[in-house]
This record gives sequence, structure tokens and C-alpha cells, in this order.
Amino acid sequence: MSRPPIRPPIRPRRALLLPLLLALGLAFLYLPIASLIVYSFNASRLVTVWDAVHSPTLKWYGELFHNSQILEAAWLSVRIAVMNATGAVILGTLAGMALSRFGRFGGRALLAALTTAPLVMPEIITGLSLLLLFITFEQLTGWPAQRDAATITLAHISFSISYVAVIVQARLAGSDGSLEEAALDLGARPSVAFRRITLPLIAPALLSGWLLSFTLSWDDVVISQFVAGPGSSTLPMVIFAKVRLGVSPDVNALATLLITLVAAGVLLSTLLLQRRERSRARALALSQEG
Amino acid sequence: MRLPARSGSLAQIRRRLARAASGRAVVVGIPLLWLLLFFLVPFLIVLKISFSTALLAMPPYAPLLEWVGHHIAALRVHLSNYQLLWSDPLYLDSLLYSVRVAAGSTLCCLLLGYPMALAIARAAPARRPLLLMLVILPFWTSFLLRVYAWIGLLKDDGVINNVLRSLHLIHQPIVMINTTFAIYVGIVYSYLPFMVLPLYANLEKHDGALLEAAADLGAHPWRAFWRVTMPLSLPGVMAGFLLVFIPAVGEYVIPSLLGPANQLMIGRVLSTEFFENRDWPVASAVAIVLLLLLLAPIVIFQRYHNRELEAER
Repeated sequence: MSRPPIRPPIRPRRALLLPLLLALGLAFLYLPIASLIVYSFNASRLVTVWDAVHSPTLKWYGELFHNSQILEAAWLSVRIAVMNATGAVILGTLAGMALSRFGRFGGRALLAALTTAPLVMPEIITGLSLLLLFITFEQLTGWPAQRDAATITLAHISFSISYVAVIVQARLAGSDGSLEEAALDLGARPSVAFRRITLPLIAPALLSGWLLSFTLSWDDVVISQFVAGPGSSTLPMVIFAKVRLGVSPDVNALATLLITLVAAGVLLSTLLLQRRERSRARALALSQEG
Repeated sequence: MRLPARSGSLAQIRRRLARAASGRAVVVGIPLLWLLLFFLVPFLIVLKISFSTALLAMPPYAPLLEWVGHHIAALRVHLSNYQLLWSDPLYLDSLLYSVRVAAGSTLCCLLLGYPMALAIARAAPARRPLLLMLVILPFWTSFLLRVYAWIGLLKDDGVINNVLRSLHLIHQPIVMINTTFAIYVGIVYSYLPFMVLPLYANLEKHDGALLEAAADLGAHPWRAFWRVTMPLSLPGVMAGFLLVFIPAVGEYVIPSLLGPANQLMIGRVLSTEFFENRDWPVASAVAIVLLLLLLAPIVIFQRYHNRELEAER
């Protein structure tokens, strides 16, 4: 049998194909957002037809701040998102801690399954089932008499928990729990060990979990549509109702504001976290030298 | 010096253990109860209502269990909703259409996302966080608004048609909005970060020495990719595929804004039955069928996901 001749080792040349494809993919991700922003300054009501005479203009932004329906919906969404994020961080941290620190325990498989399934569950199923739950509750106990911000918040917490749990688990996976064990061995009560050791350790995960839960709630339209009652329309619900009728310039203005705000927030928190991690690493290095 | 805690009578240790155990029960119990109540029990209610019949009342369905006399309850279980789903081609068609569109667009997502994840994994380590951030950033901005952006791009007098017309490449606008193609675009666009992230998480862990060995043994980079990188990345491919495919089957917002009006995806069928026809039992039956269909993919995803989290420890 003849063996193929041994070729000289190929020098790893600067591959151009991969970076090119990455650039194309990123362009695909950002061009629609860019066009949304550009056309928010367009004077024409026809959104995609550029009115070169009167543009750029800020008139759609001005109209936004006089639209009481949008302002009220935005305020409702903020309140729901804050309550949701806070509740989800508390419950999700408990779930994440249990799953990554408690080893084997009764009900572990069930808890693991219940925290993973909402990550992929189609929203339409979650929305329908939560509405039917609230209606069954109402028949049995009289609560909730009406569906409002409270039912939306409960529904949002139920799917946000999973995301927080995953983030907390990933963070805890980076350490093996020996610090907590040492604290317990030295006589610290579990609550003290949690406050002094676990909490500072997972603080970045709690922050990103809070922010992620906030945006999940802030963006949700499908589940909210099911569990909202009359008079409790969140901002995405108002936007959805508007855009089903077609493009409208004030939605472009609103989108521009929201996207810039979120982008700024994400960039800022990433930078903050990176700086914090770096100073932690420095402190650790110093303490080991000394 | 006194050693606290360690030295103590047996009774003390037992008390400490008991307290720790009850603390654990609280930590496990609270989220578990919450998820049972707000995630599992609702499905049972949907299941129950799917066996009921529609009524003109509030709530608009008949109770399964009814007291017909003293201590006599009648259990009325109807299979008529499921019979309807089976006999009326509308439901089966839209279910198959949803699976087809979801599978196709997930595949497109993979073809686009794989090179992106690989490019980031092979970029200089200092540049990876920035590139990764660029992929994740759109995921933080409103999903609804990003789908909305495509209406402006795809419609007959939208940005793409206007540009093509001004370049004299076309005379008639290409019809893209309200087509299956537009749903593909919407799903690929919205779910791309969900594909790239698990792929990157997998590809980043690959040992570069394997590729060097392949090159030393004379393998062309393409061959090395197919024989080394690709097989090793299959778990990431699987995770990305399921993370996109499962929610895409039940997608509602994208087909409502971009999709055709005469061919409905199953999510829109469910919503129409519920909100417009006010037939809660049929809507519940649709949800149950969809859930059964997705059960196997969801279980596979869970297996993979939990194994990943374990492996990190």
C-alpha cells in the first residue's frame, strides 16, 4: 500500500475567509438597526421614503413626549420590569445556589428540569397556561379579581428565574465552595457565610441577572398579552398594536431612544464589571505576593 | 485558644446539622414551589381545559366535573377538540408548516452562526470579548423593535426595494414582506445570538494543538476542520440548534409582523382560536399538541444543558 507523500507542514496563513464572514454576520445584525435609527430623523410620514427637504428632523421625538398613551405604558413597563428583576434575582439565586452547591438532594432533577424548560418554551404556550392558571385561581379563591400589573409581574418572574439561575450557576461553577466550607468550619453561621463570602462572589452574576431579567420583562409582548387585563397595556403591547398596522415614524423614534439607552447601559455595565474583575485580580495577586 | 463549632457535644452537632438542613430546605423549597405553581401546574390546567367544550360564558368552557345529584358527580371528558385538530387540515398544515419553517431557518442560522463563532474563537484573545459583545448586544435590545425594523427594509416601497430601484437593478419591487422568506429572515436575525453563543462556548475550549498536529501530519486546513473541529463541536451545534428551533416552532411575533396572511404558523393559530374565536378548549388542545411535539427536543436540550453546567465544576 502506498502512503500519501508527506507534505511540508502548512504555515498557518492569515485566513481571510473567517473574519470576512464574521464582518458580514455583524453587518446583518446591525444594518437593520442602523436603518431604523436613520429613518427616525426622516420628516416624511412614509418612513422609508426619505424627505430630503425637511430632514433630518426631531419632530417624531417631540411627538413621542406628547403621546400620553406611550408615556403611561412606558412607566407601567418600567415598574413591572423593576419588580420582576428584583423578584427573579432572589428566586433565581436560590435555585442557582441549590443546583450548584447542594450536591444531590431530593427533587434536584425536578428543580433542574423546571429551571431549564422555560429557557426554550415557546412564549405562546407559557402565556396561555399562565392566563388559565390565574383564571382558575380566581374561580377558587377570588384572587386575582382582575388582571393587571401584578399578574404580568408574576408571569414575568416565572420565566426570568431560569435566566438568573443559569447565570448564578455559571458564576458559582468557577469556584468550588471551599471558601464557604472554611467559613462554616470556623463557626460562621450559614447566613453569615452567605453574606460575607457567597454574596460578594456572585455579585456580578446578580447584577447581570437583574439587568437581563429587566430587559426580558421590558421586551415581552406575547406573555403580557395573555395575562394583562384591560387598562394594563405595557409598552411592547402598545408598540405591537401600532406596528401591526404598518411602519410608523414615531415608533422609529421610540426604537432609537430605547436601543441607544440599552446599548449604553450594557456597555457601561460591562466596562464596570471588567474594571471590578481586574482590580479584584490585582488585589489577589498583591495579597499572594505579600 | 478554643476551636469553635468543631469541638462540641454530639447534641450540638446534631442541632447544627438540623438547622443547616432546614436552611437548605428553604433554599430549595421556595424556588421549587414557585416553579411548580407557575410553570408545571398551569400545563395541567391547559390539559384539563383541552378536554372540555366551549361555552358562551365566563370562563368560556364547560367544567369537566359536575354535580348532577346528591353525591353524584358526572365527569365529562371530551376528545372533540383533538378530533377537530386531526380532521380539519388547517391545524395539521400549520403545524407542519411551522416545523418546516423553524427547521429551515434554524439551519440557515447555523450556516451563518458557525463561521461567526469560529472567527471569534480564533481571534486574538484580547479581541474576543469585544467581538462577543457585538454579537450579544442586539439580543439586549428589543426583540419586537428589531423585527419591526425588517418591515421597513422588506416592504414593497421599503429600503431594499428603493435601493435596488435607484440602482436600476429592478423595475418592479420584489415582494418580500408577508412571505415565508420574510419569516426566515426574521427568525435567523432574531435568534442568531442564541446560535453563536453555545457554538462559541464550545469552540473556544478546543485545544489548538489538535489542529497543529493535523497540519503537521499534512492535513489541509479544510480537512482538519472537517475531521477535528467539526466533530468536536457537535455538542455546541446541538445546543444552538435546539435553542433556536424549539422557540421558533411556536414563534408568534415574527410571523404576525412579517409572515403571509394565508399560511399561519401554529402560534398564530393558537392565538386566533383564543383571542378571536374565544374557543379556549381548542386553543388548549393546540398548545398540548405543540408541547407534545416539542417534548423530545426539550428533554434533549435539558440533558445537554445540565451536563454542561455540571462539567464546568
